[in-house]
Amino acid sequence: MATVDLPLPRLGVGAETAPRPIKVVLNWGRRYSLWVFNFGLACCAIEFIAASMARHDFIRLGVIPFAPGPRQADLMVVSGTVTDKMAPAVRRLYDQMPEPKYVISFGACSNSGGPYWDSYCVTKGVDTVVPVDVYVPGCPPRPEALLQGIIKLQEKIASESLSSKGMRAKYGGHRAATAAEVTRPLVAPPTREVVGG
Amino acid sequence: MGQTGEVTTTDGPRELTVGMGAGGLATADMVLNIGPQHPATHGVLRLRIVVDGERIITAEPVVGYMHRGAEKLFEVRDYRQIIVLANRHDWLSAFANELGVVLGVEQMLGLEVPERAVWARTLLAELNRVLNHLMFLGSYPLELGAITPIFYAFREREELQAVMEEASGGRMHYMFNRVGGLKEDLPAGWLDRVTHAVRAVRGRLPDLEALISGNEILEARTRGIGLLSPEAVAAYGVSGPIARASGVDMDLRRDAPYLAYPELFAPGGPGRVVTRTAGDCLARLEVLLEQVHVSLDLADACVERMRSLPQGPVNVRLPKVLKVPEGDLYTATENPLGFNGYYLVSRGEKTPWRLKLRSASFNNIGVLRELLPGALISDMVAILGSTFFVVGDIDK
Repeated sequence: MATVDLPLPRLGVGAETAPRPIKVVLNWGRRYSLWVFNFGLACCAIEFIAASMARHDFIRLGVIPFAPGPRQADLMVVSGTVTDKMAPAVRRLYDQMPEPKYVISFGACSNSGGPYWDSYCVTKGVDTVVPVDVYVPGCPPRPEALLQGIIKLQEKIASESLSSKGMRAKYGGHRAATAAEVTRPLVAPPTREVVGG
Repeated sequence: MGQTGEVTTTDGPRELTVGMGAGGLATADMVLNIGPQHPATHGVLRLRIVVDGERIITAEPVVGYMHRGAEKLFEVRDYRQIIVLANRHDWLSAFANELGVVLGVEQMLGLEVPERAVWARTLLAELNRVLNHLMFLGSYPLELGAITPIFYAFREREELQAVMEEASGGRMHYMFNRVGGLKEDLPAGWLDRVTHAVRAVRGRLPDLEALISGNEILEARTRGIGLLSPEAVAAYGVSGPIARASGVDMDLRRDAPYLAYPELFAPGGPGRVVTRTAGDCLARLEVLLEQVHVSLDLADACVERMRSLPQGPVNVRLPKVLKVPEGDLYTATENPLGFNGYYLVSRGEKTPWRLKLRSASFNNIGVLRELLPGALISDMVAILGSTFFVVGDIDK
């Protein structure tokens, strides 16, 4: 498959030159309509679903879990263990999201590998593959922890000042990496056979 | 790596005669890649299916996207630490997963577990089974396009998770089993709250049932779809509710009883094995639904029994460094999704030399290779969902 170079992200002319009050309004709109794309991988995905159900209900915070796919999403929640086999898919889907985009790393596994920190096939944190805005600790974190993570992200969005230059600094550098590049090469077989044990 | 995105045909271009209209049309089989990330299921199972028009010709599950290397990690964890990893491969039945490890280690050590701990374990295992089944009773209709049942299912899940959390401290990964018993005694007044929660769930379950059973749309999508024969069950080593929906009457709780199950599954006891003979998607869902009732009855029976037991210890004091004597042992338990086995090989050290994990979902989705060919693409999700798998349980 031929690769296509994506254009660098940019803001529209209006948003670029907008006065400060308008930027505040734009940020306000952005923070309360986060269409979320759930990258549900493991146990944490169940707690993510629990957070979207009636008792915890993150829709009241403006997080909308009905994005048909990554191309319509603003926020990706990586919930669960990212393995080396899965990492290219995480990267590929992240690349498909339109800017500005945000990532919440939900749970110990996607933060750092968690209880699988010494496994041969687990990626040691999803932040080695995509940039992460908010880390939610726990194994798995409670749904309340996700709600707090969302609020932290909203605070972050409210205080940011978007510009084409800033966006390129944040996302452009990562454009250099493609899904193929985060694919780990084949593991070489051990050279010396260990007999017995 | 080369397989991703590559379009290949397995048996080359084929001639297809279309009955009406354009006469002979040359078509080629198309390879359709489902997953690994797709919104249909809770997880990252990838399917490579070859379709001829709308009809599936071959299907191949591609596993390994959630492989976390648990078996290898068991070898560098001591017997107390193993429980942490052991309850995570099938994240919907964490308690049942812990059980297999501790039962095996206890048997190899020759430990006698206090009676209170045995009954408490049975109770928690049955509550965990209800939690697991409720998840699938919510997510399976969701995959078929009915969004409402999952809200009811999660309401009941939260009710039961609250009592599980009160005892163990965890909502999903309980870490409540220890070699020789339980982590600590049950909180005061907890049994009353279990009774209350079980009664509440049983009282509200008809809300959920009314949405699922007798639902015309759901039946149209599941009746007669994905027929699984008892021969295929035997050939692929399918177990649990899926096997029982095909009329294979086997349940380790009755056939090779452990914990307090000999008494519960004795004649006249509350335990019974739910079976169906149809072997289609609907039968599998019905088995799950009825098992919820059976498990709630079992939980009630355990609570009653625990009330009559005298106060006493719930665990056995063990040495600081726990070493299992040399030998090997296979321990199998009836997990909510099927047989879950641990083959423990010890060389007398504080870590196992090998701990092989036999998980239910791995065998259960293997049979997709038989179930999917011949079905339509639109039935694929119905069949896939009805095999009730947890991806971590497939890939370990």
